[in-house]
Amino acid sequence: MIVTHGISALLQAADPNLPPVSGMAFFLFTAVKMIIIFTVYMVGVALLTLAERKISAWIQDRHGPNRVGKGWLQPAADGLKNFMKEETMPAGVNKPLFVLAPILSFIPALTAWCVIPFGAPMPTRWGRIDLVVADLPVGFLFILAITSLGVYGIVLAGWSSNNKYALLGGLRSSAQMVSYEISMGMSTIPILLLAGNVSLNSIINQQAWGGWNVINLTVAFFIFMVAAFAETNRLPFDLPEAESELIAGYHTEYSAMKFSLFFIAEYAGMVTASALMATLFFGGWDVPFTAHDNIGPYSVWLSLLSIGIFLAKILFFLFLFMWVRWTLPRFRYDQLMSLGWKFMLPLALAYIVLIAAVMLGLSASGIPEGALHTAIYGSVNIVVVIVLFAILDRGRIISPAYGRMNPREVERMREVTRRATMAAEAGR
Amino acid sequence: MAISVKVVERPIEDVSYIRAALKGMALTVKHLFDVNGRVTVQYPEEKSPISPRWRGTHRMLTTETGKARCVACGLCPTVCPANCIKLVPGEDEEGNRYPLVFEIDEFRCIFCGYCQEVCPEEAIHVGRHYENSEYSRDGFVYDLQRLMDQTHPVCEMWDPEDPKGE
Repeated sequence: MIVTHGISALLQAADPNLPPVSGMAFFLFTAVKMIIIFTVYMVGVALLTLAERKISAWIQDRHGPNRVGKGWLQPAADGLKNFMKEETMPAGVNKPLFVLAPILSFIPALTAWCVIPFGAPMPTRWGRIDLVVADLPVGFLFILAITSLGVYGIVLAGWSSNNKYALLGGLRSSAQMVSYEISMGMSTIPILLLAGNVSLNSIINQQAWGGWNVINLTVAFFIFMVAAFAETNRLPFDLPEAESELIAGYHTEYSAMKFSLFFIAEYAGMVTASALMATLFFGGWDVPFTAHDNIGPYSVWLSLLSIGIFLAKILFFLFLFMWVRWTLPRFRYDQLMSLGWKFMLPLALAYIVLIAAVMLGLSASGIPEGALHTAIYGSVNIVVVIVLFAILDRGRIISPAYGRMNPREVERMREVTRRATMAAEAGR
Repeated sequence: MAISVKVVERPIEDVSYIRAALKGMALTVKHLFDVNGRVTVQYPEEKSPISPRWRGTHRMLTTETGKARCVACGLCPTVCPANCIKLVPGEDEEGNRYPLVFEIDEFRCIFCGYCQEVCPEEAIHVGRHYENSEYSRDGFVYDLQRLMDQTHPVCEMWDPEDPKGE
């Protein structure tokens, strides 16, 4: 009776200007939110391993795991297996760092979630609950700071393993993640320009009113997505693992739960990256084609709906991650570097200038904010995307080994061989 | 001697990463939703068919009275290239020869099927069967009773329609 009464009290629509919960209730609700996020996150990550195996199987015309509980219990079986396995400690490892590395790679991905809003504010009789664990005013900067820590776990794992393959994996990962970190940060500056604020809630609000950023800032979205693939070490950017070259890269020497933790960290990083793409470019929990979710009156149903929408957006990106992983082959190291430094970074910088110029023009022309702004940004983006496609299609930046070469490059290579031959002849 | 760098000009559609990537994505998503195209055989429940000429573990055929058809002529241990058949012939009161001991070591056997081919009584056969597991190596020495107890179909050494292989 009390329970049903409580639920009906919870579900009644409430005043949109409800003050946020405070005092004891605030601590209680924060704790509940933390527990829920953590649980959903961990269970979700476990199910993601299953989803990955299923999707890979379907793409390869197989069935995938379907034995343990029709396949649904496969993550539990995998977890149990990993708990039972022997924890190996190879000779010559740096023990403290060896143990620390998996933890360090796991925590940043999880921590980023505390500032991501996952639903519209939920009204209760105790006040308004913001559906975010900690609504930091520096939200987005916090995410940039925390996610870039993830590289430490991988580099330390590579360093402390006392294994050349692990070390190479760690080195590659540091080069890759540092390179793409810059493009990622640069690609988000247009968002901050549009939103005029770094808090994720205001970024979502701006998108709810001014159109999703994927239309406003298509190029930034592409840069962010590619950088996110690189940051999470997923194919086609899995050079740190590169099983055909480096055995398993930085997790060569890891076993049992320590290995599992790296695995969880990879999937957690994917979830975080997907959530960020959804938040920054696809309007976060914004329910598409409706406006009432932006102003209220808020209700619990609306909050639940917005959570569902947010989850759907995340799942779409997770599927994209897996789809790409099981389609595209790994980049060569030089392709990786030239894509990051010669293409994405200049593009991101140029894009900041372009967007800033368009913004300046729009505010000078006095066009009121709204649909027209979105249309103008969108058409600018279409032009830029077509130009970019034409440039990338020339096959000079990421090209196969038999691709076209710059005539200057060919001349340089000829010069090198000529000099090498001359040197060899002189030596003889 | 200088090494010359050969530059091949290829059409853009051959070298474009974007086009190749998009084509690949389209291909994988097509297979993802191709439910009827799954090729895995769910082994213990489903089995893929084996050839009628499959040569697996042996089987001894019996007469109507339930005795082994073998007359202990000694041809199969003679022809066996792996020397895996052990035969000790015996003779009953009426002068009929029968095997006192007939053992096949399935680990030594190379499944060439010569024993079946040479047998004048069509008694010993290699079988259309591949699921063999035992707890010890001794389990793979099949004695006469075990060979007679096997029920799996036997190998057709040749196509009955075309016995000479023409």
